[in-house]
Amino acid sequence: MSSEKMSGAEMVIQALRDQGVDTIFGYPGGAVLPIYDALFKQNSLRHILVRHEQAAVHAAEGYARSTGKVGAVLVTSGPGATNAVTGLTDALMDSIPIVCLTGQVPTHLIGNDAFQEADTTGITRPCTKHNYLVKTIEELPRTMHEAFYVARSGRPGPVVVDLPKDILQASGDYIERESIQHRSYNPQTTGDHRQVEQAVEIFAKARKPIIYAGGGVINSGDEASELLIEFTRMTGAPITNTLMGLGAYPGTDPQFLGMLGMHGTYEANHAMHDCDVMLAVGARFDDRVTGRLTAFSPGSKKIQIDIDPSSINKNVVVDVPVVGDVAEVLRAMIAMWKERRHKLDKKALDGWWEQIGAWRGRDCLHYEQKGEIIKPQYAIERLYELTKDQAPYISTEVGQHQMWAAQFFKFNSPNRWMTSGGLGTMGYGLPAAMGVQVAHPDALVIDVAGEASILMNMQEMSTLVQYRLPVKIFIVNNQWMGMVRQWQELLHGERYSESYSDSLPDFVKLAEAYGAVGLRATKPGELDDKIKEMLDVRRPVIFDCCVDQTENCFPMIPSGAAHNEMLLGPNDRAASPVSEEGMVLV
Amino acid sequence: MIDNPDILRQQTHSEKRTIAVLVNNEPGVLARVIGLFSGRGYNIESLTVTEVDPENRLSRITVVTSGTPMILEQIKAQLGRLVPVHTVSDLTVSGPYVERELALIKVRGAGEKRVEALRIADIFKARVVDASHEHFVFEMTGKTDKLDAFVALMRPLGLIDVSRTGVVAIQRGAEGLQA
Repeated sequence: MSSEKMSGAEMVIQALRDQGVDTIFGYPGGAVLPIYDALFKQNSLRHILVRHEQAAVHAAEGYARSTGKVGAVLVTSGPGATNAVTGLTDALMDSIPIVCLTGQVPTHLIGNDAFQEADTTGITRPCTKHNYLVKTIEELPRTMHEAFYVARSGRPGPVVVDLPKDILQASGDYIERESIQHRSYNPQTTGDHRQVEQAVEIFAKARKPIIYAGGGVINSGDEASELLIEFTRMTGAPITNTLMGLGAYPGTDPQFLGMLGMHGTYEANHAMHDCDVMLAVGARFDDRVTGRLTAFSPGSKKIQIDIDPSSINKNVVVDVPVVGDVAEVLRAMIAMWKERRHKLDKKALDGWWEQIGAWRGRDCLHYEQKGEIIKPQYAIERLYELTKDQAPYISTEVGQHQMWAAQFFKFNSPNRWMTSGGLGTMGYGLPAAMGVQVAHPDALVIDVAGEASILMNMQEMSTLVQYRLPVKIFIVNNQWMGMVRQWQELLHGERYSESYSDSLPDFVKLAEAYGAVGLRATKPGELDDKIKEMLDVRRPVIFDCCVDQTENCFPMIPSGAAHNEMLLGPNDRAASPVSEEGMVLV
Repeated sequence: MIDNPDILRQQTHSEKRTIAVLVNNEPGVLARVIGLFSGRGYNIESLTVTEVDPENRLSRITVVTSGTPMILEQIKAQLGRLVPVHTVSDLTVSGPYVERELALIKVRGAGEKRVEALRIADIFKARVVDASHEHFVFEMTGKTDKLDAFVALMRPLGLIDVSRTGVVAIQRGAEGLQA
């Protein structure tokens, strides 16, 4: 262990470097000026200046999600930290590894209501995986290293390190990154042998199996995806992905049933409902996925692989819980499956696929593009068709456009899909795309947006232009908060309370005002050419795609309904009024 | 982890549990535990905490909570994944254990009521730790229901003040809680 005298601020930079950080997203302020000064004096760590701290965290999320590394954020005390809270909560809900450094007033002023003081550790305690207030220079280096360890280990998540200004200016001995044996936090990664065995034996006897894989597969790493593919192909079972899991299994593969859940496919939801064995892999039985819990997959044996024991038996009781890292557990299951020469009952499986084929035959994502108005589904489908060869990175905002993007884009590899799944944060997509583009400068990065969401972090256009990040913002503009409008139409007697996007800016001019490129399409006939034009520009682009204002997102499981009570389109709704119980659900 | 999932599925009645949690004694650790209970809507019937191993900076939290079996499993899993938590032990299910609470009870009165208070204190093996011509302060240790009973008896005799520690508990037998 070597040591040298350093200031606290220099230690922060050194620790970031030692942890493999090459980019940090941030915004300066009084309490973090020593760190900004240390940043100024070095060249190995790149700082991206955002225009709002919330965007710094989302950008770090995009960076982390698209690289598998820990995202780094630097903000000042008080408002800097409170502005970061939405991003931190988003990262917590979606298990994204983030280390967020927050400035703090000097230790002797803490608790004095000093200028730009906030109880950052108090405020962020429930929205981080863990947080630290560094009170002495001696504990600073170890705390920095520990923060990274906690952020990426087990179920990943955001970690805040609150740094009082006097600590940043103090001088002390730096401690290099060491292999940390954490005192108390050492998550179990290897599945219990007996439970792995039970999982294999139950799956081997399945007649109507389904694999339900979520974001945990992507967090586990590329190998987890490869193993998931191997296991799925080996067994011949159908597979569905959650919103967070898209890309964990190739979207164009014939065994893939599409996304499941509230706006998932008919075939995926029906297969979940009717299956006899369900293998949940890194998925947490979220309420958007299960529909009415009492009617959720009533006849199945359930196996769940998750690294977080608290994800097991939270909403749905499972028969075989396997606590461990997805890749490790799948590797063990594959080895055992081969060793025991298991095969699913061919006849039963064929019958099951036949049934799935019938569900697929309903063509649940069907829409009709006719006339001179662009259907939003058509816009997204064309965007997909014209970009798929470039394996783009897609981020989204939150709402109808997000669900259409999830339905119509097919991801053939992990880490390509950035969306706010758990928290549902409008304004996530643009900064996330920014972070992705920073990590992958030559890649095609598209933020599929709505006109309402995009305005929530519109200021980040400046960041795109400053760093020449050629992010493409594809606004599916229906002049409504579409998902709000859809719920008001279906559940609140078509009383469209405050959901109209009034006084919208001219997005083309807005793009130009920022120094970016603006494009607009209003007719189906011009869509392809305009999209191609967008793709040819090596600068940030806002694409204002004006679409049908009344289109709703289907299929849909209404609140409080079961997987087999899906609405396939507008004509379905009269037959299925939403129960009172369902009305109170979000 | 529970072996029989049907227990979780079928039992919807609330049970009481005493859970021991060994944690790093670091700033905010209690707030984390309490915030977990309040944030997720779990019950705290009693909670005690103090450092038990200064050398290794370990504190022990004893929490009495209640919920359905599914909620109780969730409480333990949620506690277990907090970064400063070493061990979570459900004393109620892991075998026989001893449970104690300490109370200080102040009773003010004169004459017959005062004599009666002292007499009952004697029956309950409460100790007098402070006294004047007008009052007694009793110290009493025991299980929660014994303390409840004593406090109830003191009420008509001039109960002024009660201070209770909450439950502390430890497993019977030679085994201890591993950090």
